[in-house]
Amino acid sequence: MSQHFRLPAGGVIARNEPLAFAFNGRRYQGFRGDTLASALLANGVHLVARSFKYHRPRGIVGSGSEEPNAMVRVGTGARVIPNAVATTVELYEGLRAESINCWPSVEFDLGALGNVLSALLPAGFYYKTFMWPNRAWMAYEYFIRRAAGLGRAPYAPDPDRYEKRFEHCDVLVIGGGPAGIAAAGAASESGARVILADENPAPGGQLLYSEERVEGLAAREWCENGIRELRARDEVRVLTRATATGYYDHNLVCLLERVTDHLGEPPARLPRQRLWKVRARQVIVATGAIERMIAFADNDTPGVMLAGAARRYLGQYAVRPGSRAVVFTNNDSGYDCAAALAASGVRVAAVVDPRPTGAAAARAAGRGIRVLDGCAVIAARGGTRVASVLAAPVSADGARIIGTTEELACDVVAVSGGWDPAVHLYSQSGGRLAFDGVQQCFVPGPAVQATSAAGAANGAFHTEECIAQARIAGLAAARHCVDPSAVGPVAPRRTPLAVTPLWEAPAHARRAKKFVDLQSDVTAADIALAAREGYVAVEHAKRYTTTGMNTDQGKTGNVVAYGILARVTGRTIPEVGTTTFRPPYTPVTIGALAGREIGGALDPLRRTPMSDWHVAAGAVFEPVGLWRRPLYYPRAGEDMSAAVERECLAVRQRVGILDASTLGKIDIQGPDAVVLLDRVYTNAWDDLAVGRCRYGLMLREDGMVFDDGVTSRLGERHYLMTTTSGGADGVLGWLEDWLQCEWRDLRAHLTPVTANWATVNVAGPRARDVLARLESTIDLSAAALPHMGVSAGSLMGVPARIARVSFTGELSFEVNVPARYGLALWEALTAAGAEFGITPLGTEALHVLRAEKGYIAIGHETDGTVTPLDLGMNWLVSGAKADFLGKRSLARSDTARAGRKQLVGLLTLDPQTQVPEGSPIVSAANAGRVGRPPVPVIGHVSSSYMSPALRHSIALALIEDGRNRLAEEVAVVCRGKPVRARITSPRFYDPKGERLHG
Amino acid sequence: MLLIPCPWCGARPDSEFASGGEAHIVRPPQPDAVSDEQWGRYLFFRENVKGVQRERWMHAQGCRRWFNVVRDTVTHEIKAAYAMGEPPPQAHR
Repeated sequence: MSQHFRLPAGGVIARNEPLAFAFNGRRYQGFRGDTLASALLANGVHLVARSFKYHRPRGIVGSGSEEPNAMVRVGTGARVIPNAVATTVELYEGLRAESINCWPSVEFDLGALGNVLSALLPAGFYYKTFMWPNRAWMAYEYFIRRAAGLGRAPYAPDPDRYEKRFEHCDVLVIGGGPAGIAAAGAASESGARVILADENPAPGGQLLYSEERVEGLAAREWCENGIRELRARDEVRVLTRATATGYYDHNLVCLLERVTDHLGEPPARLPRQRLWKVRARQVIVATGAIERMIAFADNDTPGVMLAGAARRYLGQYAVRPGSRAVVFTNNDSGYDCAAALAASGVRVAAVVDPRPTGAAAARAAGRGIRVLDGCAVIAARGGTRVASVLAAPVSADGARIIGTTEELACDVVAVSGGWDPAVHLYSQSGGRLAFDGVQQCFVPGPAVQATSAAGAANGAFHTEECIAQARIAGLAAARHCVDPSAVGPVAPRRTPLAVTPLWEAPAHARRAKKFVDLQSDVTAADIALAAREGYVAVEHAKRYTTTGMNTDQGKTGNVVAYGILARVTGRTIPEVGTTTFRPPYTPVTIGALAGREIGGALDPLRRTPMSDWHVAAGAVFEPVGLWRRPLYYPRAGEDMSAAVERECLAVRQRVGILDASTLGKIDIQGPDAVVLLDRVYTNAWDDLAVGRCRYGLMLREDGMVFDDGVTSRLGERHYLMTTTSGGADGVLGWLEDWLQCEWRDLRAHLTPVTANWATVNVAGPRARDVLARLESTIDLSAAALPHMGVSAGSLMGVPARIARVSFTGELSFEVNVPARYGLALWEALTAAGAEFGITPLGTEALHVLRAEKGYIAIGHETDGTVTPLDLGMNWLVSGAKADFLGKRSLARSDTARAGRKQLVGLLTLDPQTQVPEGSPIVSAANAGRVGRPPVPVIGHVSSSYMSPALRHSIALALIEDGRNRLAEEVAVVCRGKPVRARITSPRFYDPKGERLHG
Repeated sequence: MLLIPCPWCGARPDSEFASGGEAHIVRPPQPDAVSDEQWGRYLFFRENVKGVQRERWMHAQGCRRWFNVVRDTVTHEIKAAYAMGEPPPQAHR
């Protein structure tokens, strides 16, 4: 077959550039300038898809992004686009496309069994059918998902690159039809910065193929002149293939620019798509109008299409959509289609018009076109391609058949149910909508943002009026940018396109399927059923029937649904209202939303100065906030538990070395620094001497612990606060908040210095011996540098601070040097410690060691519901201080009550059994009821490890009234089974803390 | 997506900011002197205005300064921005 339906002349296509393509494995030819849809129609292919739910044969209904039906899979391999709309896919050499929703083929589809059984699949059938038995839903869902749904996405990673771009302008004009060109031209006259965005390959809209003359020029010439002028202006940017997908607050509009989708082989230097985030001072919505369908029996038969689409195929693509046409219209625009069809040599069997004879009908009759006035198309016949329609006289309200049915042979039916301004973006901007009773459509009402609408999007369907209106809108928008108080001029008076409402034609057959939403397979009967079952609110009816919930968002069907809902509930359409217009206007590739922020660029990765050493040592890493920290350092043949055990024992018996550079560090200076500390920590700070450090707990105002750490006093007015690795940003933000907003009189200055200092912790009985090997001015003796002491000086010739703090319970030195010396210090210490068996340890061993000591870890023992009292840390809460953040909340009835969960230790009766963290705990008496809910839960496991020093599994837990239940036996629920354990003190190892003071 | 006028840096997209909720909440100067209920009101109760609200924002990815904004919660129109410690504009007190 070779383009039998291509007209010999005309159209905006390059006939000297033939393109070969394949559809469902068959080879065809089209021209540059075709869409996949127009090329298929040129080859007489109407059957392109199977429908979503009933697998009915489907054809091409529209001609652009409004298309509900012609969904195809385009491309090969990882570049497959699963649900491309054939009317927006530009043809390129070698394009390959397949039908979706069918097996084994679009002509013979086994899924069409669903159509036979369709009586069993009414609106809301999911809710009705799959309610029981409860567990079977999983099985049902599998089959439903396979039977319904659309094309399959590729499994391979997306090979394409996507870009994001921010842009600002004075006036953004959305839509490049006559209104958009006129508005952009007028707005840019004054030098305003203007962006004109059009979703098609070339701007112009219907002027590209219209026969009319505009301002004395041929339509195409007018629009080419307009675009040329725009492109010549420095401050104007014309974007094509750029769809405005969403309109957000403060005039932010997202444009999706398809940069290479129309090329078979995308050049490597270009991104596939570019997402523009345009912030405009003024936005003009010139998005045109979308024609709607009329629901009649089997109106989904391939060959039934919108009248405007038929006109576009004839005019823009020089394609005859068929050989013999019936036009079914309730407004005068259908007659333009009839005339265009006739002029192109398509036989027009009849124009079927439910209205009494009007001027347009008389003109058509004068040209020899048969008009069936007062009639409606009541059914299409033909299966995979329309072969005829049934037409019959109908009552004035269109509800009843009142005469004899006539069968009209045809292979294309062009339908116009009226035109809906594309108000989607206007509505997303917050702008109100009003119902125009004459034109039977929703039009823009009062704006909320700096938005206006012009042209067909504003309900002006006549070209001259549309241009006049758009010019005024463009001038007004440019003027508003300079003077927001300027009052806009009044738009010209309208010549309306009168529409006699006909949402649904009557039918002979009771079970007739009259489709409203072709993509979701929703019929007029479904909407009536939803209303009968009580879903009369438009948003309820939408969800119950799934009207407008598919990828086309019901562009051609939603208003028809409102009309039917209004009729069956005895309301007017404005009373029914519209559903919310939500972004995106057309589907947006996830890749475009992600842009470059994928893989390693998704989040910054923070590395300590010693990171490369850890990698070379074979460390296994874990993420901590944005950091990557060594979890453990396995040696050959070691698994995690063996490595962790070795690392723990090294610290307890000899010496270990830990990269603690991720510790949050905030430098606090100023005369009121100590006042700040007193207010944010629970304990007192005014008595901390220079050269000493202290542990502190921070509470939120609700009394709950949110971070902890050690703060050193380095000078009279100089402190260094440390925070948890993951909490550094949060603590800084917390302090800034209070300093800037509440305590603006405090003279204290904060500097985050986490990354400025490398921190190495040397811990274990031989820690001092190792450090002593390095040349230093700092006296390491217990007298000069006792537990919780801090000294500054020089180490290996570089500035250093050494603090005696311990998170392991061992003699421990925390050594800080400027970050650039971190690796040198680490290497020097590991070399110096070699003779003592110094062992690098990761965070897992650190956790085991701290848990053995009963030290809390933020995020393990705290979860935002735990007070210092719950943790048994009353000794850290100053009774003497008048106030600190969270103090008052500790006296609230709930935080002060008895019986709250308290921190305790837990030893399983079997020393080798380890309980998972997070496991619920029940009383021993209820152990037998585990698995038979409800069972009262008295607490949960917060930390759990195997302790190498104790040769016993240990756990920390929060248990109701735990400190009064020491030695009591409880049951930990592990994977549904009770594990017996005994409540103990949380200090498992060296409970008196003697090892710290070595 | 809001365009927030930072008093120090100018108008920037809201992705640079952190929201701090309702502004001008007074912390009781003597927390021990207030009842549980009064303390609870300070801690947990917020106006949730439909209409003009005064709220705190921080330019977290910019100058890291807190400031106040007067915003209409229905239209998201920002009517004013003023530095911390300054009184709200006369019209929004």
